[in-house]
Amino acid sequence: MVRLITHNLLACHAKGCTSNNFPLKLQDVAIEVREAEFNPDFVRGFLPRLEWKALVQAARELGDTSLPEEMPEMVDDGFLKNLHHVLLEIHIDEGAMICPNCGHTYPISNGIPNMLLAEHEIG
Amino acid sequence: MIPTPDLSHLKRADYEHVYEPAEDTFILLDALEEDASALLEAKPLVCLEIGSGSGCVSSFVGSILGSSCLCISTDINHHAALATLRTGSQNKTAIDSVIANLTSPLRTRLRHNIDLLVFNPPYVPTVDEEVCDAQGGRNIEGSWAGGKDGMQVTDMVLDQLDDLLSPQGRFYLVAVKENDVPGIQGRMLNRYGFQSEVVLQRRAGREHLYVVRFVR
Ligand SMILES: C[S@@+](CC[C@H](N)C(=O)[O-])C[C@H]1O[C@@H](n2cnc3c(N)ncnc32)[C@H](O)[C@@H]1O
Ligand SMILES: [Zn+2]
Repeated sequence: MVRLITHNLLACHAKGCTSNNFPLKLQDVAIEVREAEFNPDFVRGFLPRLEWKALVQAARELGDTSLPEEMPEMVDDGFLKNLHHVLLEIHIDEGAMICPNCGHTYPISNGIPNMLLAEHEIG
Repeated sequence: MIPTPDLSHLKRADYEHVYEPAEDTFILLDALEEDASALLEAKPLVCLEIGSGSGCVSSFVGSILGSSCLCISTDINHHAALATLRTGSQNKTAIDSVIANLTSPLRTRLRHNIDLLVFNPPYVPTVDEEVCDAQGGRNIEGSWAGGKDGMQVTDMVLDQLDDLLSPQGRFYLVAVKENDVPGIQGRMLNRYGFQSEVVLQRRAGREHLYVVRFVR
């Protein structure tokens, strides 16, 4: 499955594409919300590993505006719950991810992103 | 006892395209189970399984770590990636399954960020062309064809390990005798300073299987 937590970890790796290759832009996506167990320790622990701006942008592309532009200094339960929802409960089932730099398209189908490159695209 | 994941949703026809769990899979599960409490204590946030096949191992890790860890898996074979996803839902363990060559799309963002890395690689010694065909074909042959000494695919991951593991990260690797386990351990120590230990070994038919655990 592609949830926004994983989207936040995927970058374009086509030959020569080494800058501005993240975050991949979501296009024509079909999403489904599925409930997941809320683990505040996990969400809090994961915060430093996130690219915050990329996450906020991706969430907004999917119509979720619950996250603040800047990562808040005070982390309360309400914020962690919103973040939990954005990271772990929004599933992208179909669509594509486009590299902002080289335009390479990575399709998503049946909830699985295909990140393979053709032989000549491998760096 | 951590139960072996339920794979009843996978049928004969699935195993024509996806590696069916075998002794090499089970020795890896046993090694992870022995380390279960140490794994939990280390509080990993990111687990990556390379080459997840049926998803049996990722799902097992998911049931050890529950909601405290993100489990991502890659496989070069799209049938395997789908089987992994299905195994995740069958066992109520969330696995983010990705079709990818080793760690390629994750290397930038997961640099020094993988707390638990697991790989049961294609380890069977074959001629080199067979690896090229199998890797290029992205099909079930890629489950075993390992090239010279069975190390062609494993070596690529070993050479990335220093980049991948977090400071407290661990790596569990399945190997066979022909891979020269002491040689691997020596190279990883001399080149990168990785400590390693054979945590399990056993004979299964013609194979002598090992699970090696690496830490910084
Ligand atoms: C021995 S099987 C192990 C499957 C499963 N993890 C298990 O233990 O039963 C090796 C797996 O690695 C995958 N694989 C081979 N080359 C790969 C590559 N370059 N990138 C990702 N996966 C690969 C194969 O498709 C296969 O699913
Ligand atoms: Zn690109």
